[in-house]
Amino acid sequence: MTRESVLKDLKERFKADIVEVFDKSDKRVYIEIKPESLVKIANYIFYDLGARFNIASGVDIRHHIEILYHFTIEDINLLISLRVRLPRENPQIDSLAHSFEGANWIEREMHELLGIKFKGHPDMRRLLLSDEWPEGVYPLRCDYKEWDKDAIRDRGV
Amino acid sequence: MAKTIVPIGPYHPLQEEPEFFMLTVEGEKVVDIDVRVGYNHRGIEKLSEMKTFDQSTFVIERICGICSTSHPFAYTRAVEDVIPVEVPERAKYIRTIIAEGERIHSHLLWLGLAGHFLGYNTVYMWVWKLREEILDAMEILSGNRNNYAMFKPGGVRRDIKAEDIPDVLKKINSIVPTLEMLLKAIADDPVLHARTKGIGVLSKEEAINFSALGPTSRASGVARDVRRDSPYGAYDKVEWEMIVTENGDVFDKVVVRILEVLEAVKIMRQCLQNLPVGEIDLNIKDIPPGEGIGHIEAPRGETFHYVRSDGTNRPVRHKVRAPTFMNLPTYKATVVGETVSDATIILAAIDPCYCCTERMAVRNTKGKKLYNGEDLIKLSQRKTERLREKYKC
Amino acid sequence: MSLKLKALLKSPWVFHLSTGSCNNCDIEILDCLTPRFDIERFGMLLAGSIKHADVLLVTGSCNRQSVIRLKRLYEQMPKPCLVVAVGECSLSRGMFIHSYNCPLPLDKIIPVDVYIPGCPPKPEAIIAGVVKLIEKVKKDKLSEKTKKAK
Repeated sequence: MTRESVLKDLKERFKADIVEVFDKSDKRVYIEIKPESLVKIANYIFYDLGARFNIASGVDIRHHIEILYHFTIEDINLLISLRVRLPRENPQIDSLAHSFEGANWIEREMHELLGIKFKGHPDMRRLLLSDEWPEGVYPLRCDYKEWDKDAIRDRGV
Repeated sequence: MAKTIVPIGPYHPLQEEPEFFMLTVEGEKVVDIDVRVGYNHRGIEKLSEMKTFDQSTFVIERICGICSTSHPFAYTRAVEDVIPVEVPERAKYIRTIIAEGERIHSHLLWLGLAGHFLGYNTVYMWVWKLREEILDAMEILSGNRNNYAMFKPGGVRRDIKAEDIPDVLKKINSIVPTLEMLLKAIADDPVLHARTKGIGVLSKEEAINFSALGPTSRASGVARDVRRDSPYGAYDKVEWEMIVTENGDVFDKVVVRILEVLEAVKIMRQCLQNLPVGEIDLNIKDIPPGEGIGHIEAPRGETFHYVRSDGTNRPVRHKVRAPTFMNLPTYKATVVGETVSDATIILAAIDPCYCCTERMAVRNTKGKKLYNGEDLIKLSQRKTERLREKYKC
Repeated sequence: MSLKLKALLKSPWVFHLSTGSCNNCDIEILDCLTPRFDIERFGMLLAGSIKHADVLLVTGSCNRQSVIRLKRLYEQMPKPCLVVAVGECSLSRGMFIHSYNCPLPLDKIIPVDVYIPGCPPKPEAIIAGVVKLIEKVKKDKLSEKTKKAK
């Protein structure tokens, strides 16, 4: 298995699902895919290529919400980031928690901090925020405004 | 048999992240576990987006006191990946020295706590005294016992003086004989074997499925180490071995950590002796738009940072993934099926700086209190006593 | 000075509470117990339960989830009791002042008797802080607000 063969294989196998491949450096590749084919590609990378799931990171960039799923193939020292773009209004995507356990918690985190819905996630409770946090307020969205009237934000000097 | 719920946590003196565990037990046996985190959530990712790239290093350092090197290390590497640049050789060596010093003190800290849970308070006091030597060495190198503030995008903030090196070498060498003796003591002790061998096993398949990291996965036979797989710093220039064991039980996790401390001493020694001369900083002025990933091997596993820049002086998005985030859910695989008295050490074995036992309370479903935190440690310690009598030692 | 408060000073038992700290202050508090610093020689002991404690050491920047527990623990604590804020986060929330999850500083939630600054404070500073607290109580210099609460 080499870096070139893995990339060639991915490009051929998922020709219809891949939107764009950005070859950043010899250790990093960013592949933009269609949201509906995420589970298929992630499963292939995790199980068939033997990659490790690092983490997913959600980003709110005004026009849309982006999720990056990072996978590392350790033998060839390559970090593949799958990029999906979701609409800002009602972002939804299929959950990966059934495919591998490692994706369970991060999806819960993104759900509460960014407001992304994961279809078919087994356990969509809150992970980090407290119970008094209001519904529908997502702190990592770029238009987040302070909702708590009692909060003190100066040092009193 | 009636099911009983055991709430553990959320408050306890030593823990890194206050967590709340709900153990469901049948008699002595644990049948289910649920975790609630968030007692430590401070919104650092959002805060980092409000600061400049240079200021962010200090915020990132305060994610965790014990990992106060790993996070800035991963962050600065992520920023360097955005540009992309390579830092000067001397800076790489200095970074490696600080990172390994942190690994030593973090593993020793865990070892002491593990001893405490098993009823070996001697180990606890002994190892923590040993740890002070390393903290002294770090104070000589960086000026502080924790929170070293050595890292900046493009290099390091502070140079290592040549006249400090002999003192530091003396300090780190002084812990080796005690550790070797400790390793022999652990290998010989039948009580310790009975308490830890075959307890809380994480199989290789489960470790892969949960994407477990660091010593937790290496003890289960998954040979994963970012230092080896994707070398950074000076790790490809010094000699060291990756420690991998096969069984995945608590005993193997103890052994992996002690051996890793010895390896870390080896790496530190080589780096200090072969420190190259030259610049320590690149003086990066502008960060172009783009995204970058930095991942390094922290004491508990891989720390992963993702930074996105839009060309201004602040990051647009900064994602932080600490190793415990991936290791914590493995409790589901290791604790279920074990007894309550073993639960403390199994939960501790993953090294979340777990010490919630101080605030642990066992209640039955009617709400009557059965055990509190101290009782549970006592329960664990009594088991050791019984075994000690059994093995006559 | 009340008899209860006088009795408390001989051997103060401390309970340590982390309200969303980075763990550094917590480790340094623990360091105080280990052989190099050994605060047990002053009669100070880390208590396992709040109901046995005389002094509450608070670290961290009081996030939303832990504030509820902090208030509950303060209510459960036998009075008279003393509260010590350890580290920059519990003094003023330090760099977490603008965090969405840390709305209030510690002294707006419960009365605080002694502040120990530092990030993290060295074990020596923590010991010195507790000694200062004892002297303060001996000289009867507690603030009106604290006295009222006691």
